[in-house]
Amino acid sequence: MTGVAILTVALVLLPLFAIFAYLVYKGIGSINLAFLTQTPKPVGEPGGGMANAIVGSMVILGIASLLGVPLGIGAGVFLSEYGRNRYGDIVRFVSDVLNGVPSIVIGIVAYGLVVMRQKHFSALAGGVALAIMMIPTIARTTEQMLLLVPQAIREAAYGLGVSRWRTTLSITLRTATSGVITGVMLAFARVAGETAPLLFTAFGNQFWNWKTDQPTAALSLQIFTYAISPFDEWHKQAWAGSLVLIVLIVSAVAAVRLAVKHGTLSGA
Amino acid sequence: MSNQALPRPRFNAPEPERGTKAALKIETRTAPLLQGKVSEIPDAVFGWAMRLCGLAVVALLALIVYQLVVGSQLSWHAFGLKFFGNSDWNPVEDQYGALPFMYGTIVSSLLSLVIAVPLSIGVAVFITEMCPVSLRGILSFTTELLAAIPSVVYGLWAIFVLVPILRIYVQPFLGKTLGWTGLFTGPPYGIGMLAAGVILAIMVIPIISSITREVLTVVPQHQREAVLALGATRWEMIRMGVLRNARAGIVGAIILGLGRALGETMAVTMVIGNRPEIAKSLFAPGYTMASVLANEFTEATGDLYLSALIEIGLALFFVTIVVNALARILVWSVTRGQPARNLA
Repeated sequence: MTGVAILTVALVLLPLFAIFAYLVYKGIGSINLAFLTQTPKPVGEPGGGMANAIVGSMVILGIASLLGVPLGIGAGVFLSEYGRNRYGDIVRFVSDVLNGVPSIVIGIVAYGLVVMRQKHFSALAGGVALAIMMIPTIARTTEQMLLLVPQAIREAAYGLGVSRWRTTLSITLRTATSGVITGVMLAFARVAGETAPLLFTAFGNQFWNWKTDQPTAALSLQIFTYAISPFDEWHKQAWAGSLVLIVLIVSAVAAVRLAVKHGTLSGA
Repeated sequence: MSNQALPRPRFNAPEPERGTKAALKIETRTAPLLQGKVSEIPDAVFGWAMRLCGLAVVALLALIVYQLVVGSQLSWHAFGLKFFGNSDWNPVEDQYGALPFMYGTIVSSLLSLVIAVPLSIGVAVFITEMCPVSLRGILSFTTELLAAIPSVVYGLWAIFVLVPILRIYVQPFLGKTLGWTGLFTGPPYGIGMLAAGVILAIMVIPIISSITREVLTVVPQHQREAVLALGATRWEMIRMGVLRNARAGIVGAIILGLGRALGETMAVTMVIGNRPEIAKSLFAPGYTMASVLANEFTEATGDLYLSALIEIGLALFFVTIVVNALARILVWSVTRGQPARNLA
């Protein structure tokens, strides 16, 4: 039986290594300066890149974080500090359920909320869709991290006459800072590669766009468009884009973790 | 001399008069510590702000339901329940039936579970029961890395690596050996239901195996020892002492994986072939609810077309809600309220 178990492990790890190896092998050969600094070229013209998509992804993710992170942390604080009761249980259950809603359905909702009103696709709509996906993850991890803070620390603060809101912000949240930030980064990493909710919210764009109310390119969308195209040149770019996307996600997460460990962000 | 440890009898001594020297002294001494007591308004404001955030989560769900229900009204009035029983999807004549998509979603998800469940349980059992402790962390980290790869990258890999492998090696072999079942007939295109099932399996393995692992770790150690003491072999111990105890949680983990597979969009869209037909053979191309949304939503020209697509979204939403709620309850029943980690 041990043999069978080891075989399953090997079978599971095989695709993982296959994907990474293929990604690096195909991606590195296609990344060059042009890829990182130019906008897409029409079919048949060599060169071109995904610079606008890289920036577009950052803009959309920035909007999503601005909207989703405060709300998510707030909901997490509610769950751990005010939600040890029936209402908290409802919110807890709803956020777990929300976590399982398919991303494409979230895209429809953002389409109805933002795109229908603005009358065109926009970075804002994409940001809203991703924010909706971030909130439940952040809320639940924040709650778990805050619950790890010993009750005695809160009581010590109360005993010193510190008010409840000050205790929550300066004592509880501050103690749990690194955990909360890890949760935020998990949520960030999860939505950073999302494509489905962006299809009909951000829509994609072949050119530079700096306005948040206009269709915006995103790395994942560009990868999708290029992957299903019949052109070899575009397939190469899709691989390069995937590698850049994964490197960006991993480095964003690593950078924040490092800042939490060594920098000013670290908690008490 | 009075003993310091004994409580002093309470005298109803007169309080110092407000404004007198004695009262002033006490107030100034304690004031910095009791700053929070000065006003309760900030406390109330903060408390309500946090409650509002909690409420926002519930409101978000309500908003999703509202958007989907309102958006699908037109299609609901036009087709009613027949929408889900009709297999005709014809935007040109404004005829819409969701059956082929439902079929595709269900078949591809079930196929992925058939592949993923034994593998993920095997991995979970290996990590918790067999492997040396030093390997444990690395292995669980690596399996969870699988969950961090974006769906579109899976799709890309599937198009250029998985599909050719299926077309050249796997499908001819399956057709030769198992063709008589009718499940593996027809030309081996590579893309199709089988490819979708395989890539979905790779994507749900991290979810199922990590939650199964969590469930297995909460099985009490003395259960294992008791079974071993009765003379069971290690395999019998795992089967009777561990797996049977964790049954409900494992089923929960599987259903959570199903929830993920049902809603997965990009990777499936890229390899399933996108043809709204119901075919028995797994080699044939199909279509899922999520991929029809991904492909046709931006191109939906008529109001009824858009409404029909939103109704598919609504159906998908309800199915995943029910599936997820069921899974959560099952996992909670084993881990006793310790929520499974949010990985999905």
